[in-house]
Amino acid sequence: MNNFERNLRAIYARAYVRIAGTNRELSWIFFTVFLPLLGISAYIYVYKATADPEILNSLLTRVIIGGATLAFWMNVLWGMGNTFYWEKEQGNLDLFFMAPISRTSILLGMALGGMFSTSVRALATIFLGALIFKISFTLESPLLLIATFLLTMIALYGLGMLFASLFLMYGRGSWHVTNLLQEPIFLLSGFYFPIKFLGFHIAFIASIIPLSLGLDSMNQLIGGNFAQEWALMPLKIELLALGILSVLFFYLAIKSLDYMENLAKKEGRLTLKYL
Amino acid sequence: MYGVYYYSFKLLIEFNAMPTLAIEIKNLTRYFETGKDTVKALDGVNLQIRTGELFGLLGSNGSGKTTLIKILCTLLYPTSGEAFVSGINVVKEPEKIRGKINMVAGEETSGYGILTVRENIWLFSQLYGIESGLAKKRIDALLKLLGLTKRAHTRIHKISTGERQKMNLCRGLVTDPDVLFLDEPTVGVDVNSGRTIRDYLLKWMKNNGKTVLLTTHNMVEAEEICDRVAIIDKGKILALDTPSNLKQMLNNEIILELETNIIKNLSLKYEFSKVDNHEKNTSNLRFLLKDESAVPDIISELSEKDVKIKSLYKSEPTLEDIFIKLVGRNINE
Repeated sequence: MNNFERNLRAIYARAYVRIAGTNRELSWIFFTVFLPLLGISAYIYVYKATADPEILNSLLTRVIIGGATLAFWMNVLWGMGNTFYWEKEQGNLDLFFMAPISRTSILLGMALGGMFSTSVRALATIFLGALIFKISFTLESPLLLIATFLLTMIALYGLGMLFASLFLMYGRGSWHVTNLLQEPIFLLSGFYFPIKFLGFHIAFIASIIPLSLGLDSMNQLIGGNFAQEWALMPLKIELLALGILSVLFFYLAIKSLDYMENLAKKEGRLTLKYL
Repeated sequence: MYGVYYYSFKLLIEFNAMPTLAIEIKNLTRYFETGKDTVKALDGVNLQIRTGELFGLLGSNGSGKTTLIKILCTLLYPTSGEAFVSGINVVKEPEKIRGKINMVAGEETSGYGILTVRENIWLFSQLYGIESGLAKKRIDALLKLLGLTKRAHTRIHKISTGERQKMNLCRGLVTDPDVLFLDEPTVGVDVNSGRTIRDYLLKWMKNNGKTVLLTTHNMVEAEEICDRVAIIDKGKILALDTPSNLKQMLNNEIILELETNIIKNLSLKYEFSKVDNHEKNTSNLRFLLKDESAVPDIISELSEKDVKIKSLYKSEPTLEDIFIKLVGRNINE
């Protein structure tokens, strides 16, 4: 059994928990499919009541895409970032850390497992949202859109891994940090409005969040002229920046995981019970 | 014919290549900073455990047993000193050790409540890269041997403590480790489950030449199954030998046991351990005496304090007596 195969098995096994777990509580379908629609409905009605008809469809498309990707952000923040905290509380962390696998595999497994319900939520938001609110998408380059989405996800989950490593050492503290990050990032990511409205400088700083750039790029591809007019940067530059962020976050996450694991072993914070 | 020679030769080479020491610990210390204080969890521990040995580590809560296991399982760094598992340094090359070891802790809450017993064990087997079909065969065999087959498809939030402990043991054994660390594996488990776990463990070791490091509070358990035992207190190993050799330490001493009515806050001139039996409304007082001349003294002191003696007898020393002699208190205190 080589190391690669062992890690693949670990990823599959960790993903299995999330997928099997989700499917055993069928109430998730209601929470995942219908409730998020309520969240985006408010923005849709505000835009419908106030926006110029020429740009309305572009704005509604943005709300739908924002609502769909919001699920991934929640998964990264609450699921992936806090993975090690939950596992520690449950008594699984020491078993994962004494197994002959990479820590990244645990996180990847968690991320992939979480993506199952998250993807259902995202797809349901797009299809049901478009259907109910009669929104049409201008889809000129579907492959480029998929590539942009995947690049955004890689960068986003890289950031999630970085959070996970930072939260490894901190128990309840990580919970508060997650709460602290949630609302400001909702604003700075431009889920429901063009981020350029915040002013170029704030928007530029916000673009360190992969979602801000990812959403802006996807909206350029799907939201027509208005979205391109209000884009933060040209698409190529945004894609290049997303690529750089993907590599950077993964690199930082791996380094940080190593560092934090060593620190946790030094300070005896990896497990609940000691002495 | 040549094939037989070849395999005999290969076996001989493999046997010689096996390290004779499964665990070696050299002057190991581990301190924890707790605010202003420094807790010495391990204080210069030296230990050698042979391959194929079932080694018991006896100590009360906070004596350093779990810290030692955590270090050996690569989950904690020592403050100083060195530790080796299968000849590999646990700090310098942890990744080389992890595939060879596993750990099961008492009152362990690991696993996912939404998954079944079988799924949980399978999940952890995958972290060791065991092919799924093989893992499932091993799991079914282990569940059968430990009497858990009926619960295989039950979600783990619905199983009892004893069943959970058996499941944890299956998790530890499914990876077929060379060295298994058991941190109080029968704590909180009923008598029958405890016996099943001990019996299976002995079978598993005998058939596979595996090594087990067992930490326990349970003196009877240690005496019954351990090849050698070390007594640890405040991070120091106080004694190390076979249970029978350890008991020889009390060859020249007399164990006096008295059954009395229950008396709270009893203090006497001679040191003793006391276990109350509330069902029978009696206390069992156990004295370790240098000679029999102290017996009349004890009886008269007890009479003066209105303690009613129901029975009195001399008994054989146990590991618990050794523990009290070395540590100065009962293991559960």
